Amino acid sequence: MSDSPVAVETHTPELRHHFASAEQQRDASTFGMWLFLATEIMFFGGMFCAYLIYRFWYFNEFAAGSRSIDIWLGAINTAVLICSSLTVALGVRAAQMGKRKLLVALLLITMVFGLAFLGIKGIEWYQKFEEHHIPGNSFNVDDIIHDYPQIHIDPRHEQIFFSLYFAMTGLHALHMIIGVGIFTFLTYKAWKGAYSPSYYTPVEVGGLYWHFVDIVWIYLFPLLYLIDRKPLR
Amino acid sequence: MSEHIMSSKLYYGIWIALMCLTAITAAVSFIDLGPFNTIVALVIATFKALLVVLFFMHVKYTSEKMTKAVIVSAIFWLFILLALSLADYTTRLLS
Repeated sequence: MSDSPVAVETHTPELRHHFASAEQQRDASTFGMWLFLATEIMFFGGMFCAYLIYRFWYFNEFAAGSRSIDIWLGAINTAVLICSSLTVALGVRAAQMGKRKLLVALLLITMVFGLAFLGIKGIEWYQKFEEHHIPGNSFNVDDIIHDYPQIHIDPRHEQIFFSLYFAMTGLHALHMIIGVGIFTFLTYKAWKGAYSPSYYTPVEVGGLYWHFVDIVWIYLFPLLYLIDRKPLR
Repeated sequence: MSEHIMSSKLYYGIWIALMCLTAITAAVSFIDLGPFNTIVALVIATFKALLVVLFFMHVKYTSEKMTKAVIVSAIFWLFILLALSLADYTTRLLS
């Protein structure tokens, strides 16, 4: 038995029997997460692609629609997500150093930031609901058409902008909700003392997911809120 | 993956850089740069994403080459998706 690479490894409870070493197990987990994130890039990439094509075709409607959403709420949400990414990174570091209470605290703060993001997003959506800018039967953009008399705005094309806006921010918010769920699980396990300097892979992998959702927003923010903010001609 | 423990000072530094870039990109969006508004906004976003990937996601310190291969392939696939789709749709009006 002693010549088997599996047998020479001291078996900690975290190490599954089909891995040769804890390092191999960790590499396999993070590699699997990165593969998943690659599929997520294509998932969001399809919507980014649709947005770019329709913006090219219906530029006036996209510019006017983009200017009707609140840049300050968008900027605050960007800052909130960046802060949450910092607390995730510090949380992984706390796990690496075996600081259990610090890890639990940082995971909780991350979730508070995540929920704050969703709350601000909810305020934005509610504003759009009150303005009748949500695609559907009561969709009405007369206010936007009135604001920009210098350009021609077709309400049907404006509806495409808002459909993409709600699809993209909605799917991003769904990812945030799933992220808060994952972090609830991580916080519970961390509180129970499941993670140690020799085993913190779930925190690392959950953190990768959270950072990825942050990166999606880093691109959504300029595309939806910023690039048409300059004066319309 | 990375056993390397980064100093918390570096994390705070990256955080400050990300916050500053967010403020800059929001401020620049009000200045009329013509077509360059989009380019500047996307370059800043890419720089922010790069900071997150390299430091917060520990890619700079990982010895695992497969992770980097996955990231490069994912970006390449995204490039194929965007380049071929936009090459079609943006040139249809020319004919």
